[in-house]
Amino acid sequence: MQVRVWRGTADGAFQEFEVPRHPSQTVLDVVTYIQRVLDPTLAYRFACRVGMCGSCAMTVNGVARWTCRTHVDKAIKGKSEITIAPLKNLPVIRDLVADMSEFFDKWARARGSFEGKRTRHDDFAKVSPESESRKQVDAAIECIGCGVCYSSCDVVAANPDYLGPAALNRAWTLQNDERDVAGAERLRAVAGDAGCLSCHTHMSCTERCPKQLSPTAGIAGLKREVSLALLKNAL
Amino acid sequence: MNAKAQTLLWLAQRASAAVLALCVFVHLATMIYAVRGGLTAAEILSRTQGNAAWLAFYTVFVLAVTAHVPIGLRAVLGEWFGWRSAGRDWALVLFALLLGFTGMRAVLGVFL
Repeated sequence: MQVRVWRGTADGAFQEFEVPRHPSQTVLDVVTYIQRVLDPTLAYRFACRVGMCGSCAMTVNGVARWTCRTHVDKAIKGKSEITIAPLKNLPVIRDLVADMSEFFDKWARARGSFEGKRTRHDDFAKVSPESESRKQVDAAIECIGCGVCYSSCDVVAANPDYLGPAALNRAWTLQNDERDVAGAERLRAVAGDAGCLSCHTHMSCTERCPKQLSPTAGIAGLKREVSLALLKNAL
Repeated sequence: MNAKAQTLLWLAQRASAAVLALCVFVHLATMIYAVRGGLTAAEILSRTQGNAAWLAFYTVFVLAVTAHVPIGLRAVLGEWFGWRSAGRDWALVLFALLLGFTGMRAVLGVFL
């Protein structure tokens, strides 16, 4: 099959390679074949190869995907050519490697870290698995930070300051963590033009998330919390 | 503009959208109903002049538009044209005043 692979940085170009087809071949297999057999200078990123680490996400035929869990058959859809590019909405370091710094900086900007008040002298917090807040956390907690949602988000493309679905999803899990004490500051961090209120509910993040999470639902929850905080003069 | 003010604008746009949904429905339904057998400008004015209920209804309509449109344009200007400076907000305040002035001028034009 013909494979078009992005080479260089933002002002690079696609390079074509001829790669043999195999049964059950993944897009990551294709990229690895090119690097090991055809052109060892090709830069790309991967680690686990089994959909656990989230480091091999790329744009395959225009759609952000984990390349390790995308079969060529599925991506190529009967054609004889496949196009592989780095993730969108992120700077390109080289070839297929996107710079994830801004993506993770935004997690910090959305106060995406847990803040508790218990010490080692306190008993364990008892959180019922049946509680509503715990169920909300369960629905959103499995994010592994692959950047597929961020790369698929139209609002990030239109507004580079927008925190993005993953960071807001993380903020939502912490807002529902009964042990966390930074809720008020976090709401201030995720309100406003760069935060949850800018989401247009296109749901590209939800459609593309390889873990079948729904950042859109979490962002809607944050919109409710931010609005209520404003009405209670707590924002 | 801080996050609190931006949140206030967001809420104002949602609230004004709810008001507009009702206003547009009443406006269109009334129009369609009223012109079934044909209606002249003089007949319209005879119904609206001095009618406090229509004055109140269209005043609410104009105020909702005055709140809703500039806030929506603010997002459009930011996302499509990258205009996010304070100048955008001042320009939209002027646009809101223009909308309010021309809208209320029209409302009073058929009331007085």
